[in-house]
Amino acid sequence: MTNDFPKLILPEIPNFHKLEVYRQHGGYEQFRKALQMSPDEIINIVKASGLRGRGGACFPTGLKWSFMPKNIDKPKYLAVNGDESEPGSFKDRQIFESNPHQLIEGILVAAYAMGIKASYIYIRGEYHKWINLLQAALDDAYAAGLVGEKMKKTFGIDFSTDIYIHKGAGAYICGEETALMNSIEGKRGYPRVKPPFPAQAGLWGMPTTINNVETIATVPAILRIGAEAYSKIGDPGHPGTLLFGVSGHVNKPGVYELPTGILLTELIYDVCGGVPGGKKIKAIIPGGSSMPCLRGDEIEGIRMDEESLKPHGTHIGTAGVMVMDEDTDVVAVALRIGRFYHHESCGQCTPCREGCGWMENSLRRIARGEAAITDVDMLVEVANNIEGNTICAFGDAAAWAVRGFAVKFRDEFVAAVKEKRVFVAPNVVHSKRATRNNLTFDDQMKYKPVV
Amino acid sequence: MEIQFNQEELEKIDNLKKRYPEQQSVLMGVLWMAQHKFGWISKEVMGYVAELLNLPFAHVEGVATFYTMYHKKQPGKYHVQVCTNVSCMLRGGNELYQHISNKLGLNNNETSDDTKFSLEEVECMGACGGAPMIAINEDYYENLTIEKVDEIIDSLK
Repeated sequence: MTNDFPKLILPEIPNFHKLEVYRQHGGYEQFRKALQMSPDEIINIVKASGLRGRGGACFPTGLKWSFMPKNIDKPKYLAVNGDESEPGSFKDRQIFESNPHQLIEGILVAAYAMGIKASYIYIRGEYHKWINLLQAALDDAYAAGLVGEKMKKTFGIDFSTDIYIHKGAGAYICGEETALMNSIEGKRGYPRVKPPFPAQAGLWGMPTTINNVETIATVPAILRIGAEAYSKIGDPGHPGTLLFGVSGHVNKPGVYELPTGILLTELIYDVCGGVPGGKKIKAIIPGGSSMPCLRGDEIEGIRMDEESLKPHGTHIGTAGVMVMDEDTDVVAVALRIGRFYHHESCGQCTPCREGCGWMENSLRRIARGEAAITDVDMLVEVANNIEGNTICAFGDAAAWAVRGFAVKFRDEFVAAVKEKRVFVAPNVVHSKRATRNNLTFDDQMKYKPVV
Repeated sequence: MEIQFNQEELEKIDNLKKRYPEQQSVLMGVLWMAQHKFGWISKEVMGYVAELLNLPFAHVEGVATFYTMYHKKQPGKYHVQVCTNVSCMLRGGNELYQHISNKLGLNNNETSDDTKFSLEEVECMGACGGAPMIAINEDYYENLTIEKVDEIIDSLK
């Protein structure tokens, strides 16, 4: 039944990753078509299509493109975000593997529309294999005169643009757009304060646009079928097809291209073959580990697009759906997520650097049953104090993820604390501080306060 | 080993510099090349790279230590990376990690005495659909079971 849906990004054509096969199916013709239009016309088409960014923030792509200053002689850059570091998200590598030329063509269209001098595709360092695959495709495109200086002759235009791959080296934070720019500049991946926004001062202080790999790969498809047809696919508020990466407790995990607005239950039971052993679902993270989870008993009727998920207090994110069956220990999952964010916090902002550590420690205590009920409340309070108080959205992500579990599964958190309750000494703060005069030591030379 | 790039590699770095308007941007690429050639990023390598690119040592050290994939100590010939993040954890990633840890007799971030193996518990590697997964050096192994992992590790010479 999933075959009824249009496949715009991952068509089921054998060897589609090869340049000649891609061209046989009309590849690079959309760019040729785009060259007949003015840059503003292309931006208007992308606006009219309703395309929204696929990196998690769902920002309208056409609007983002229109922020780029026009008629200036500064070089402008495009950064294509293929860092894909969000746990539960594994869609972009499918594009690198099976449709790299559509990504390259999308970059060409974007570059022409915004007057981009050079584009950098940032790919996470772990993807050695996929970097090589994309580099091979890029080399083919260069050799065929589709990219770089030679494209002037191929397309008979006075415009050329270059595309390079920049390899990351293992840092979740580099998926954040300003951290990604710092990483391309050869610095630590520290997010930058906005404003200035990247469209004003991005890479090397020049106007820059950052788009997700999937967003850019969608652009040629929009030109092919037309903005109006594209805007009618899926949910009108968030149209198009999404690459859903489903993982966890499902029979057929994997990446599926489906229209937005598909029922979550349809995605899990019809597309992914349901839960192994016919078990019930306890929790679902709908869009990568940063997004607040949903309880299994509230997923009925939920549609998978940004506008439909918002009222349920969560977001589509990167559409990385993680399914957890009834036997899952959600406290352990929350702890794993808390540990991840503590490990990956870049350390610039105190609320995030310290808060993530606090969250991990209290989750660890709760998971061990060494906590008090008040620790569950403290966990939520710490999360509240991280959210909105940091330079980038990492703090929000960490807070949402952990708080999501602590609030939706409060019963399990409380049970974890109560069942295995170990009475620990209360933390009494003395008003009198120990001084040399009132200290004595026991026979193991451990400090013993004078009572 | 003498810490020095050969002529061919230096030319590669020069070509890399042409991609960016500022040469500092090649730092991550050069560190990758250095790791490939020298095995890991020691203080000496950091110093060499800093000199080569005319950057402060502190900057190179800052970058090399920020990114987890640059080895700050000598890894084994086979660097085994086991993902235990949520998707893998749900499908037995923790058990897999424990099994490999016991099998190799190594804890997290340890290298065996014969420098054949090193073990690292890593965060999500973007292969959640094939969970549980491990990576050995640059290769991914997905949809694993304990038996399959035994087979893979036993086949490594």
